[in-house]
Amino acid sequence: MVKKSAERIYLAFIFLFLYLPIGVLIVLSFNNSKTRVQWGGFTLKWYKNLFSSGSIMEAFGTTLFISLASALFATLLGTLAALGIDAMKKRNQAVMIGATNIPLLNADIVTGLSMMLLFVRFTRLGMSTVLIAHITFNIPYVILNVLPKLKQSSRTTYEAALDLGATPLYAFFKIIWPQIRPGVFSGFLMAMTMSLDDFSVTYFTKGAGIHTLSTMIYTEMRKGIRLEMYALSTILFLLALVLLLFMNFGPSARREEA
Amino acid sequence: MRNVKRQLLAGPYLLWMAGFILLPVVMILYYAFTTTSGHFTLLNISSIFASIHLKSLFLSLKLAVICTGVCLALSYPLAMILNNMKEKSQGFIVFIFILPMWMNFMLRILAWKLLLSNNGVINTILEGLGLPVLDVLNTPAAVVFCMVYDFLPFMILPIYNAMSRIQQDIIEAAGDLGAGSVTIFFKIIVPLTMPGVVSGIIMVFVPALTSFAISDLLGGGKVLLIGNVIEQAFMQEYNWNLGSGLSLVLMIFVIASMALMSSKGEEGGAGVW
Repeated sequence: MVKKSAERIYLAFIFLFLYLPIGVLIVLSFNNSKTRVQWGGFTLKWYKNLFSSGSIMEAFGTTLFISLASALFATLLGTLAALGIDAMKKRNQAVMIGATNIPLLNADIVTGLSMMLLFVRFTRLGMSTVLIAHITFNIPYVILNVLPKLKQSSRTTYEAALDLGATPLYAFFKIIWPQIRPGVFSGFLMAMTMSLDDFSVTYFTKGAGIHTLSTMIYTEMRKGIRLEMYALSTILFLLALVLLLFMNFGPSARREEA
Repeated sequence: MRNVKRQLLAGPYLLWMAGFILLPVVMILYYAFTTTSGHFTLLNISSIFASIHLKSLFLSLKLAVICTGVCLALSYPLAMILNNMKEKSQGFIVFIFILPMWMNFMLRILAWKLLLSNNGVINTILEGLGLPVLDVLNTPAAVVFCMVYDFLPFMILPIYNAMSRIQQDIIEAAGDLGAGSVTIFFKIIVPLTMPGVVSGIIMVFVPALTSFAISDLLGGGKVLLIGNVIEQAFMQEYNWNLGSGLSLVLMIFVIASMALMSSKGEEGGAGVW
């Protein structure tokens, strides 16, 4: 009994630690007061201002564009790469996977800086350099999600299909694709999350005048943050909550378990 | 024959990798070993021994070790409690403890700053209760708090995963053979969760060692970690050679700590039986 309540208290303590900061952000996003921590009544004005603020909406758009585009491109390149790597000899596979791990293991700051050093040699920093950088650190997540699925899939079925006269492309979409699809999707989602959350790599590879939400908040936190940002973080948190609830406990998640 | 054709699918990735993974590493190496005029030098590397740089490297190592230790101390009991829960509610509760990870990294720092600032939430509450206020913002403690907050889920998840894979039969068998709960904990649970602990430590230690944003925003310029020194060398002093040299040193520390941890993990795993 004592053990049980001690466990409860411990869980509550960690829960408070994790959610108190988020809760404070959410409460303050409804606060009608300039002094931040004093309660000045309920208001929705920060939400209204948020949607009419050009710079925040632009940064939001840039963030979405970069994470979607980089995740899509990384998924394409990464899935093709996984198919190729899977067909290689053991030793070549090990080399490829080792090289793939470099951006995963390297510190973000070094990844970002090293790419900046390369980019400024050949071009100006801008949106495209951020995009290239994000694709680069996204590809490993796709490969590492797709490769295990390929290893599990049966080669013989694919070869049987070819023997029975299917073209390689037809056999791929009928046999291999259904088997690796979950890996491709989770790779895509992981890549998008990493890209959405990234600060360091974006910070070093972006050109002047381009902001993602992360770099914008960073700049504002040093000068003084607009209260619209609290409203934005509330919305983003709720979005993540709904999305994850749906992914984990939605109808499709249940079916996979069964 | 068909195999060779399929291997070509990795071609575009191979080119991408050469251009954007290997070439940048070569660039860092080039800048690290040259002077601004392009002559070979070791000064950029050896400048890590300058007292300011050495001080920030030690501070980074210290804070990263504290942060990793706190995360481990908080996560291990949490993972055990979560693992012992009823099957039905378990999935949802684990989800709750992982969810903050999906909040934007910068927003988490912002939230934490709101709590800690001198006229922030915690101090307003303390004042209201007539207690002395905390002056923690712009100190290393604030940086460690925020690092723990940011990286805690990275420790919880692998330990919990390792723990949930332990088969109940083994624990029951040990109990039947007369092992007490302390023996079971040290002889079975700890060794079998070692791989999870090791990957948790790596996933927390490396970002904590190399981060610069948290110390920049919550340290108020007073907490200078090695990441901050590198960032300033690049973005403020435009001394790319020095920055590259220090980056290289940082890379070596990251690789060394990972190698050390992985070997420890194997030893721990092998020493069980």
